[in-house]
Amino acid sequence: MSDLKKIKDELFLKLKSKLNLSEVNQMKSDLFGKNGLVSSQFKKIGTIAEAERKKFASELNVIKVELQDLINLKIKEIENEEIREKLQKEKIDITLPERPFVRGKIHPVSQTIDEISSIFSEIGFSVEEGPDVESEYNNFTALNTPENHPARDMHDTFYLDEKKERLLRTHTSPVQIRTMLKDKPPFKIIAPGRTYRSDSDQTHAPMFHQVEGLHIDKDINMGHLKGCLNYFIKEFFELDKIKMRFRPSHFPFTEPSAEVDIGYEMKDGKIIIGEGDQWLEILGCGMVHPNVLRNVKVDPIKFQGYAFGMGIDRLAMLKYGINDLRAFFDCDYRWLNHFGFDPLDVPTNYRGLSR
Amino acid sequence: MKITFDWLKDHLKTNLKEKNLLEQLTNVGLEVEGVQNLSLGKELFKVAKIIKTIKHPNADRLKVCDVDVGEKEFKKVVCGAANAVEGLITVYAPPGSIIPKTKTKLVVAKIRGVTSYGMLCSEFELNLSDESDGIIELSSGYKKIIGKNYYSKSKSNLIDLSITPNRPDCLGIRGIARDLAASGFGKLIDFKKKKIKSNNRQPLKVKITKEKNQGCSMFGSCLITDVKNTESPQWLKDKLISIGQKPISAIVDITNYVMFDLNRPLHAYDADKIEKGIIVRNSKSGEKFTALDNKDYKLEDGMCVISDHKGVLGLGGIIGGTRSGTELDTKNILLESAYFKPGSIRTTAKKLNLDTDAKFRFERGVDPLSIEDGLNKAAILIKEICGGKISKIDIQKIETHKTKIVKFDINSVEKIAGFKISTKEIFKILENLGFKFKKKKNFFELIVPSWRPDITQEIDIVEELVRISGYDRIRIIDPIKERKKSTLNKSQKLFHFLQRSIASKGYIEAITWSFTDSNYNNYFRNTKKEIKIVNPISTELDVLRNSIFSNLIIYMNKNLDRGFKDLSIYEIGPTFSGSKPGEQNTVVCGLSSGKKYRLSWIEKERNVDVFDVKKDVVQTLIETGYKSEEFFIDNKTPDYYHPGKSGRLFLKKDEDLVAAYFGEIHPSIIKKIDMKTESLVGFEIFLDNLKLPAKTLNDQKNKFNVSDYQKSERDFAFIINKDVNAQDLINAIASVDQNLISNIRVFDVYEGDNIPRNQKSIAISVTIQSTEKTLNDNDLENINKLIIETVQNKTGAKIRS
Repeated sequence: MSDLKKIKDELFLKLKSKLNLSEVNQMKSDLFGKNGLVSSQFKKIGTIAEAERKKFASELNVIKVELQDLINLKIKEIENEEIREKLQKEKIDITLPERPFVRGKIHPVSQTIDEISSIFSEIGFSVEEGPDVESEYNNFTALNTPENHPARDMHDTFYLDEKKERLLRTHTSPVQIRTMLKDKPPFKIIAPGRTYRSDSDQTHAPMFHQVEGLHIDKDINMGHLKGCLNYFIKEFFELDKIKMRFRPSHFPFTEPSAEVDIGYEMKDGKIIIGEGDQWLEILGCGMVHPNVLRNVKVDPIKFQGYAFGMGIDRLAMLKYGINDLRAFFDCDYRWLNHFGFDPLDVPTNYRGLSR
Repeated sequence: MKITFDWLKDHLKTNLKEKNLLEQLTNVGLEVEGVQNLSLGKELFKVAKIIKTIKHPNADRLKVCDVDVGEKEFKKVVCGAANAVEGLITVYAPPGSIIPKTKTKLVVAKIRGVTSYGMLCSEFELNLSDESDGIIELSSGYKKIIGKNYYSKSKSNLIDLSITPNRPDCLGIRGIARDLAASGFGKLIDFKKKKIKSNNRQPLKVKITKEKNQGCSMFGSCLITDVKNTESPQWLKDKLISIGQKPISAIVDITNYVMFDLNRPLHAYDADKIEKGIIVRNSKSGEKFTALDNKDYKLEDGMCVISDHKGVLGLGGIIGGTRSGTELDTKNILLESAYFKPGSIRTTAKKLNLDTDAKFRFERGVDPLSIEDGLNKAAILIKEICGGKISKIDIQKIETHKTKIVKFDINSVEKIAGFKISTKEIFKILENLGFKFKKKKNFFELIVPSWRPDITQEIDIVEELVRISGYDRIRIIDPIKERKKSTLNKSQKLFHFLQRSIASKGYIEAITWSFTDSNYNNYFRNTKKEIKIVNPISTELDVLRNSIFSNLIIYMNKNLDRGFKDLSIYEIGPTFSGSKPGEQNTVVCGLSSGKKYRLSWIEKERNVDVFDVKKDVVQTLIETGYKSEEFFIDNKTPDYYHPGKSGRLFLKKDEDLVAAYFGEIHPSIIKKIDMKTESLVGFEIFLDNLKLPAKTLNDQKNKFNVSDYQKSERDFAFIINKDVNAQDLINAIASVDQNLISNIRVFDVYEGDNIPRNQKSIAISVTIQSTEKTLNDNDLENINKLIIETVQNKTGAKIRS
């Protein structure tokens, strides 16, 4: 037993000096290995006299635990030291730039379409679509704009054939026709999409975007129209109050027809929607003309309702302070980056339009 | 339509102010487009005479004019107009005046070294007409008022109205006054109509031929003999100038005045130049005449012409001819007041590309019962101003005007408008608008005034009532927040998902035209048909795009020119395969240029390559919900891709429809379009070819099934012919046992030393795991063997020892 005590003291001394992990492990196996010093003492237990045995065993155990603790402590110490050294070595200049990354963007027109869809979704409109190439019939005739009607002059139309039977739709209104021909009333749809007119200057582009709205049911009147648009405009511009004015106008496919103005003022060269005494025209609307309903086999005695059409690009310009319509389609990387939206900014009912 | 409050007051008795007028015009649907203060600053514009001109010493086209502006000394003005000749009476704008068209303020300026004090104005610059060729030429009558103001001192602003095409009656001042009066803005003045008193018949014979598509149904006329055509009196000149018209001569001015006042176009012929009589007929192809705009027109068959026995005098309702035009020395006038059909006018004017004030009115519909009123008013004025004797009115007609009757149920107003208008108010409005009515059992019969071609059915009456009583009376009914049908359908959801999925991979969304440059389109057209636009906006946008690539590449190039290098842009939108509605497909198309990493302290520099776009395509499709294990990829791609570095992807092996193409853009295209970039790769995903995902996200989730048994990785190196695809190897391995092989990863591809020519080595790591037990060495050995055997059998590959 005194041997062991001696060993313990030696070990204690040894462990005080600087050791590496393998040296400590060697010591560990010298003591506790198969033929280690401690292990061999345990083997002795059987040979010791009955009277001494209990004491020996218990003392041996105490020493064993002590030795183990000492060694484990040392191992921990060494490991800590190693990590400390590693950390010391691994210190870097964290101000160096991160790995390069790229950010994608959603075009402001796409974002605006999603915003519009989200707002109308909440009051029960669903989204319909139609082709960009339309028949002359769907684009004009069915919409109560017969050939030789001066209203056709207001649409500078791109044609795809000499007979002028196929054209690029000048508005999204033909989607009304397609929707009503396809299904039975009631109808409650919006139809965003590309539209085309052969017109090009600062404020006109040969292609632009419109959203059509159509709500036909048994008793939908101009009050519903006003309510719907009032709701939309407030939601879209994310304002509690808005000044809105309905002004009589004329479209062949609606009767009565209206143009809608919203109030604004200029502050530091920026348009502020909702306040001020200036009026800004933002959309056209009206009660769907009975002739249009007859054209799509809907009985105007039983069903009535409203339609509206507005420029999406223009709405985006007003909301996001964009001055030049042409820039939407110019594909300037700087512009797209500046006015584009993060793809994770999905407008939804529950989270709203903005972060 | 240009009006002034002063002129309106000829027809409207009101005490209200102009501010109220502007509001009320808008309220009844006569949109105010602009208000110009004509008197403001206009007192500066003087009638002036050019005394002398000399050539500008430093410029061939310019002249230095001495101009009499009624002051002691002549003004020196530099002028470039060809018609600036000595003796011309014109309009002078001094320094300090603001030119109406350009809104620029004149200053004393040196023009090529010669100081010019003011400017001589063209009609265009004064907003009088589009005539910008040369300066305004005033008639000799202005000689007496050189140095006086050209504009009268009227304080009335010029109000520009945008009249919708359904309201021809408001192309006359009286029609506007009628609407305003009906809305409560003053009272319409009722004139005692003056009528021609004469015992003389109109001696010139007028005949409207009865033929198919005759564009004229009524032709009224009277002859005024022994007139002395002269300058208009100042009140008339002022009136015309106040709405931006240039006075010409009394007779022309009077016909214009009646047109603007009553929306009743008239035409005055020099009766002495009419051969025998008037024949209103369809033109014959090849007939020619010179119109009052001094242009020669060659006519087609079936255009409505006014002719005499010699030939065409003018195009009915559109423009007169020079042969029978009135001049200052005209003695005898035939005054025409006719009804021309809108459709006929429109067709002819479109074919000849002619636009006149008369045409604008007739194509919208002139009051067919205004023929006599127009003749009476004009003839009496002519007599007052130019003297002469008036004949009786002669009216020829081949059709009579039918009065329109519309059934009207009072309840229809509230049904459409959502608010009530009292019966009393309804009939007051209708009466003021000129309607007459008869009460029937449950409805009224309304007799529509002849000047309202737009009113044909009940809804038009409702519109009148809501409009006149005011749209602000429509109350707001708040929408109900209720959704009965989902907002987006499956394919729309797919569209939105792909749109944002691609953007989330670093691509910037662009929106480009649906049309493109045919030259560029041809690079990407492949086998598709070219779709030409008949009337393109420019030669660079002359076809519908067969692929989105053409526009993306054009704009990518522009951005490279701006100094950008590493760009990723995409567009989601239509491409066209034909010119029929529906012959279009929705495509997501992306393009990346330059390098993935440019020289940086941390990443190795490398070009973007086909495997970058392949990743974007595959990842996007997986995120969309398609199973990558089923994807099948081969290298058959359209000719605009690099044939060796591009692929097409099918969602499943035996599917017909291509889900996507991806790859490097063909180097010869990059060369032809002179694009300067290290690398250009792109992809196209075809939305219409993708199967729509399962019903709900829940349906897309399979039962959760994972194995906790130990997995083993085994590496294999196969040597195969170069033309065998990695996909074949992978598929062969996967086919061995789908329950045991949980992952296959290619970790090395090698060609070169130690490998026979035409062969390559592919090293693959296979993860093997059972869902039932821990595999023992024996199991693993069996699978190993099976993998090697299967691969060898299916692909001819040899295991590398």
